[in-house]
Amino acid sequence: MTDATQSSEAKGQPEAIRAVPVRHPGRWIAAGIILVLLAQLLHWAVTNTALKWGTVGKYLFNSSILQGVQRTIVITIIAMVMGIVLGVLLAVMRLSKNPIVTGVAWVYIWLFRGTPVLVQLVFWFAIPTVLQSVSLGIPFGPSWLLTDDPKTVVTQFVAVCLGLGLNEAAYMAEIARAGILSVDEGQVEAASALGMTRIQSMRRIVLPQAMRVIIPPTGNETISMLKTSSLAFAVGYAELFSTSQIVASRTFQVIPLLIVASIWYLFLTSILTVCQYYIERRYARGASRTLPPTPLQKLRWTITRDPKRSLT
Amino acid sequence: MTAMVCAESVEKRFGHLEVLKGINLEVAPKDVFCLVGPSGSGKSTFLRCINHLEQIDGGRLSVDGELVGYRQKGDKLYELKDREVCQKRREIGMVFQAFNLFPHMTVLGNVMEAPCRVMGESKAIVRERALKLLDRVGLADKPDNYPAQLSGGQQQRVAIARALAMQPKLMLFDEPTSALDPELVGEVLDVMRGLAEDGMTMIVVTHEMGFAREVGDAIVFMDGGVVVEAGNPRDVLTNPQHERTKAFLSKVL
Repeated sequence: MTDATQSSEAKGQPEAIRAVPVRHPGRWIAAGIILVLLAQLLHWAVTNTALKWGTVGKYLFNSSILQGVQRTIVITIIAMVMGIVLGVLLAVMRLSKNPIVTGVAWVYIWLFRGTPVLVQLVFWFAIPTVLQSVSLGIPFGPSWLLTDDPKTVVTQFVAVCLGLGLNEAAYMAEIARAGILSVDEGQVEAASALGMTRIQSMRRIVLPQAMRVIIPPTGNETISMLKTSSLAFAVGYAELFSTSQIVASRTFQVIPLLIVASIWYLFLTSILTVCQYYIERRYARGASRTLPPTPLQKLRWTITRDPKRSLT
Repeated sequence: MTAMVCAESVEKRFGHLEVLKGINLEVAPKDVFCLVGPSGSGKSTFLRCINHLEQIDGGRLSVDGELVGYRQKGDKLYELKDREVCQKRREIGMVFQAFNLFPHMTVLGNVMEAPCRVMGESKAIVRERALKLLDRVGLADKPDNYPAQLSGGQQQRVAIARALAMQPKLMLFDEPTSALDPELVGEVLDVMRGLAEDGMTMIVVTHEMGFAREVGDAIVFMDGGVVVEAGNPRDVLTNPQHERTKAFLSKVL
């Protein structure tokens, strides 16, 4: 920048403008009011003894709370993996040429998106009451008994995973379908012209490009799932929120334990946000000429003041 | 010698719209065969029928003596399975107006994808061949670039290399220079000229009359889904017999 000014001055061109900038008193006043209000909130939070920050600290790393955190992570991962795999399958089914296959996918999405996830959770937990036995075999033909006591199979954990995962699949199906449709038709034509089969072009050409559209909403879904998993409370599965409630009912420290749970949820969603950024960046390959810098790169360039790369 | 492509009263409809109304033509091996005509005359559709991207509704269309999309047993025609259609397409290269490179793969990845995944050839052999092809189209220095980092002309040359990597016996070009800046048209035509000199059979839908005259062995002028005039490019372009051909050429030449 300085080089440019110097060279233009050397050529006898007009100097750069040096004017008094416009003042923005309104911005200063607004910022002032907000800061005062924030200070008051902070003062209340720190000085209010009812919040019992000591209790928060005491239970933050409590072993049963940590176990709850672990369970929350596990059911989130299982539900999301189920949701993504089944969702992509449903999306491909909805784009199929076979009307029965399309219809089945449509009905699935209609059913699972049209009923509340809480209802579905409780439904899966209660399903053993209407199932006498679970067996695997040929429809209307011979089959092998898996269990004659479904209650032992559909535990609280299984009910939570089924409820959350099957519901998520309906949402992921729509996300994946939008992603697949966003890929230019010419890509499939080029793949076909090269002799690729439909499965090959879907796997190698269409899905990798659809990922760019699929990932941001999937990140949102994962963050949303992390919090929705607290509905497991309804079937008595001791994940993070349920555990905090169990401890709270034992110790009568309701608010401090809600803060404990909130801190953990915030921590986990923050990690997911960072992961999402890096995954999005990976799938941006080819879509833009240069990849956006990572926060670390930005920091390094700012510190080293790399003139070519500095963002200012 | 059997014709590379043989069309007998080929018909194609999109709904009620008749796009091809009985096309008859023959493409000899090693010929550069140019298809010209106004937009909507059906020339691109005909090209896409040759590798079964579009299915014909009537007539017979064969490539290298074999029917496209069907197998004949006695008097009956049997539709080919998807897998068999894919197999046939491997022998026919196609270059599109919009390039259609795979944007998430590097230049080298684009060229290597089909031979590796479809033919299951070993990566090392394909890599060597791909690098040679990139050198041939003048892009030896760009194997690791992504398509978005290349100019239109460079992208189209990668697309040609990608099609050649499958070692096809026939190349289809669907208006390969229509999406390019005038300045970049030459570099693509040069590559195509080189291919023609090496004896590749090529069917080219184009508006580049200069290329057709210079490189073409045969030319067909299409309008409204029928062949209006066919013959040697030098004759047809300089001395058209039909009024419709004359009117069209007076506008584009």
